[in-house]
Amino acid sequence: MSLLKVEGVWKHYHRQSVLRGVDLEVAPHEVVCLIGASGSGKSTLLRCVNLLETIDDGAIHLDGTEITDPRADPDDVRRRIGMVFQAYNLFPHMTVLDNITLAPRRVHGVRAEEAEARARELLDRFGLAGKADEYPDRLSGGQQQRVAVIRAVATTPRLLLLDEVTSALDPTLVTEVLGIIRELKDTGMTMILATHEMGFARDIADQVCFLEGGVLLESGPPGQIFSEPRHPRTRAFLQRVLEARRM
Amino acid sequence: MTDGHAAAPYGPPGREDDPDRGPDGPGDPPEWVKSERQLRREAELRARGRRSVSIATASTIVVVVALVVGITKSPGWPRVQETFLSPEAFVAALPDVLRGFLLNIKIFLIAEVFILVVGLLVALVRGLRSPVFFPLRALAVLYTDIFRGVPTILLIYLVGFGVPALQLQGAPSDPVTLGIIALVLSYGAYVAEVFRSGIESVHPSQRAAARSLALTHGQTMRYVVLPQAVRRVVPPLLNDFVSLQKDTALVAVLGPLEALRQASIHASSDFNYTPYLAAALLFIALTVPMARLTDHLAARAARRRTGGGDA
Repeated sequence: MSLLKVEGVWKHYHRQSVLRGVDLEVAPHEVVCLIGASGSGKSTLLRCVNLLETIDDGAIHLDGTEITDPRADPDDVRRRIGMVFQAYNLFPHMTVLDNITLAPRRVHGVRAEEAEARARELLDRFGLAGKADEYPDRLSGGQQQRVAVIRAVATTPRLLLLDEVTSALDPTLVTEVLGIIRELKDTGMTMILATHEMGFARDIADQVCFLEGGVLLESGPPGQIFSEPRHPRTRAFLQRVLEARRM
Repeated sequence: MTDGHAAAPYGPPGREDDPDRGPDGPGDPPEWVKSERQLRREAELRARGRRSVSIATASTIVVVVALVVGITKSPGWPRVQETFLSPEAFVAALPDVLRGFLLNIKIFLIAEVFILVVGLLVALVRGLRSPVFFPLRALAVLYTDIFRGVPTILLIYLVGFGVPALQLQGAPSDPVTLGIIALVLSYGAYVAEVFRSGIESVHPSQRAAARSLALTHGQTMRYVVLPQAVRRVVPPLLNDFVSLQKDTALVAVLGPLEALRQASIHASSDFNYTPYLAAALLFIALTVPMARLTDHLAARAARRRTGGGDA
């Protein structure tokens, strides 16, 4: 059974359609990369899955139950989904450790010592051992984003959503964030990434989806999408990306 | 002044002592020796600084002399000096005015605590979204609209004379308590708006991050939004408190023996207005340090905002 099932989802902002009947299925332990130009609806799709946006039509199922049912408890859904944002969105008034332990303690009822021990273990594993007591603005962008990833996985979510997590980073810092995502894949984390890093998507994804104008035009294994895209728009998009890289 | 300007930013750069790196290592950055051009530039800046100080001094002296001469040469000056600046009347009234002023401070301190509580509660109620809270939310809007619109002195009259007139069982009748209630009602509305603007100034992405971690609305407020909002509104809150300090004198209209009332008792018995000056000086003595503290905190907040990248 699929872990996440998106069925015919529509979303409008100010009478403009941002998502037009998007279908997507994600199996457990699968890594899905959403590619497409800015404004193609990648981020909106992620925000809809996390119920940060309400959809205008269609349905989203998580573990077989419909989460877009108005009677569903959004907090209960979000307890099972982690999210990492493009601009990190760490809480600036809290230390790294407090950022990470906030949800485990306040939402999941984990005891403080236990939550801290787990946070320190994660920081250790992802090369941030000495940063537990720092405030976010003392860290580099790459370090902040790694903390944000740790914060999102500290509650062991069923599904992790990553919204263009390297777009705000200096190219030299991108690799350290991609490294942590690769490690998460190795632990079997189910993930959906909206990304502009084509090389990384090709490397890590089990499924790549191309969106344009709110329509999911084509999806398939990375080898197929990147080497022999079926849809002419996908081909055109990848061509543009290639040209941009050559500049 | 000119010294500090030259010394602090231009000292030789503190080179990091790196024992692993020889002085002539390939990666060694060049040592900075101030160039002739830089030395000339600094000398010019120092000279310019000295010039500005002398110009400022001269213009200040001219203005002060003009003011003093203008006032003391005015035809009514001897009379003003006698009625407003009498040392004897000042000394005679000061102990009573000072005793009254302690009551002002007491009113201020008690009112301040309640104002913060009322303001925060009203701001939080206005942020509630659930339809169950609609009446509460409407009430909060009504409260801020009405009490910000009514002049404080009018409110003091209404509460001070209106509440006792109701002859309710257990309603306070002491003028100080009634005065405090009126001040809390009036300032609570202002402070609620200050808190609300602080809450709204926290970027929506912070809320999104908190909600994505499954924190409830209440938890998001308590752990993420409020701590950031309160830090931002400290300077405007202090500004309101400077204003509250002097508005404690309005309670005088209800009769308690605070500073203004004491001063007016003395003034009317001696036909000399110097006691008012004594009261004014006491208020200034308290509000000026508070105003400076406000400036200091605002400047620090501004430095932090530009210093720390707040993505």
